[in-house]
Amino acid sequence: MSLLVDIEKDYGGFHLRSRFETHGGITGLLGASGCGKSQTLRCIAGVQTPDKGRIVLDGVTLYDSEQHINLTPQQRGVGYLFQSYALFPNMTVRANILTGLRREKDAAKKQAAFAHAIHLLKLEGLEDRRPAQLSGGQAQRVALARMLVSRPKALLLDEPFSAIDSHLRDQLQVDLLALLADFPGDMVIVTHSRDEAYHMCGQIAVMDAGRVLAHGPTKQVFADPRTVQGGRLTGCKNIFPARKVDDHTIFVPDWGVDLHPARTVEDGLVAMGVRAHYFRPEEARNPLAVHCVGKMEEPFEWIIRMRAEGQTAESPDIWWRVSKEIVPEIMPTRLGVAPEQVLLFYE
Amino acid sequence: MDWYPLYNSLRIAAIACVAVFFTGIFAAYYVAKLPRLVKGLLDVVLTLPMVLPPTVVGYFLLLLFGVKRPFGIFLARFGIKVPMTWWSAVFAAAVVSFPLMYRTARGAFEAFDEDLADAGRTLGLSNIYIFWRVRMPVCRQGILAGTVLTFARALGEYGATSMIAGYTPGRTATISTTVYQLWRTDNEALACRWVLVNLAISAVVLLVVNMLEQKQKGKTR
Repeated sequence: MSLLVDIEKDYGGFHLRSRFETHGGITGLLGASGCGKSQTLRCIAGVQTPDKGRIVLDGVTLYDSEQHINLTPQQRGVGYLFQSYALFPNMTVRANILTGLRREKDAAKKQAAFAHAIHLLKLEGLEDRRPAQLSGGQAQRVALARMLVSRPKALLLDEPFSAIDSHLRDQLQVDLLALLADFPGDMVIVTHSRDEAYHMCGQIAVMDAGRVLAHGPTKQVFADPRTVQGGRLTGCKNIFPARKVDDHTIFVPDWGVDLHPARTVEDGLVAMGVRAHYFRPEEARNPLAVHCVGKMEEPFEWIIRMRAEGQTAESPDIWWRVSKEIVPEIMPTRLGVAPEQVLLFYE
Repeated sequence: MDWYPLYNSLRIAAIACVAVFFTGIFAAYYVAKLPRLVKGLLDVVLTLPMVLPPTVVGYFLLLLFGVKRPFGIFLARFGIKVPMTWWSAVFAAAVVSFPLMYRTARGAFEAFDEDLADAGRTLGLSNIYIFWRVRMPVCRQGILAGTVLTFARALGEYGATSMIAGYTPGRTATISTTVYQLWRTDNEALACRWVLVNLAISAVVLLVVNMLEQKQKGKTR
């Protein structure tokens, strides 16, 4: 099981240059809206044609500009779950699912596959409804059923939870993971949510402005996003310019302090980052003298805005997230960061 | 009262409407896919008959089919003479009403969510299946409204028809040419009857169009 994507496409003012490789399992394409992640998915499915490059699925070339290969979406057999689910509004749930079985000529097998899909996706009793009469979660299950019965070789899911109420998302993520656990082929999920990517994807590719910035196992990419955009997309709140001093020391001009990260500092350092959860008042290493400038209450956490002593006026606040149980009545005047929590960002 | 003009008008409108239904829809479908510049140019050409005076359309039709014109002479070799026959009026009605079908179909197709077609393609459905079983049903109301308008316009065609088909009672006479002819020959009473027939048909057509539009609104809400 493998999927290789190496494509370029010019959209006039926006240049997509998408490159990643997967070997089974779920891959997340993480990026802000308009970064080219959905376009990448469309190119893989074949509903859009790149300008040049190559797409190879399980050893079969789907697209190769040099060899002039460009299979139609019908020939590719790649399942695509659209953000809006794209159920045919003129058809019932039953007819929608049966369109995925049109190539199955054996009536008994067709019926069995249909019944299995209805059971698997808990759609009993909804067979004669129209898409307009379904909730978001139901529509998603119908679209999944329709896609899965067509026996695709790979699955592409475009923002599968964007049309779902937020309080239902967690459960649907669990359900979807359980459903996809048995799927043998490669799966690509497009998302702008770092939580979704972290929950669901064994590996991720972080995209920004049409490019893949970082690509690898999810935990590794989150631990070391390498670029400022990668840091932001993986949810790093505190990003400040930084310079290399030596292999184990960086200087942060906004704070006027030296920090000592655990990773060896390479040339080309432009910034550093600390995730809002990773400041610790009791941490003695990498100390920073601070004062509190504001508090924001969340259901289970405090978001505390701090400024370093002597921090320049135009420099943004430092964000510190801390569990409510341990918020001290008196704000600490010193925060520390463990060396392994100092992220280093390069050009 | 001789009902020939009604029969003739209905058959001309019906044939023109069927022809325009298919050509208008396919023109709308393919023009929508063209690059912007070609699309703009073609759009002008295909919409022109709607804004040109019908007599200008009649002039062009006579340029094409006139018995002394190259194409007319070519057709005459096979014993085909177009002008002054009842079916020459079909050409006039079709050309004049074509833009109505083309534009309403194009509007309906432009409102169509292309994700539906793309989803169908990834499911392995043929493009023909997607066109007839998804795109057309989803755009049904718009296309029906366009068809009815096309029929109504074809039924009321006068200018181009009178130029290419003329007025021969019992052969090329349509409702509209009959009304003019009766008025011209001071037969006001009979002209009035045909006017009433025409009014009745047009009112029914507009009622149908309104009903279809109401239904469309109800669905998108």
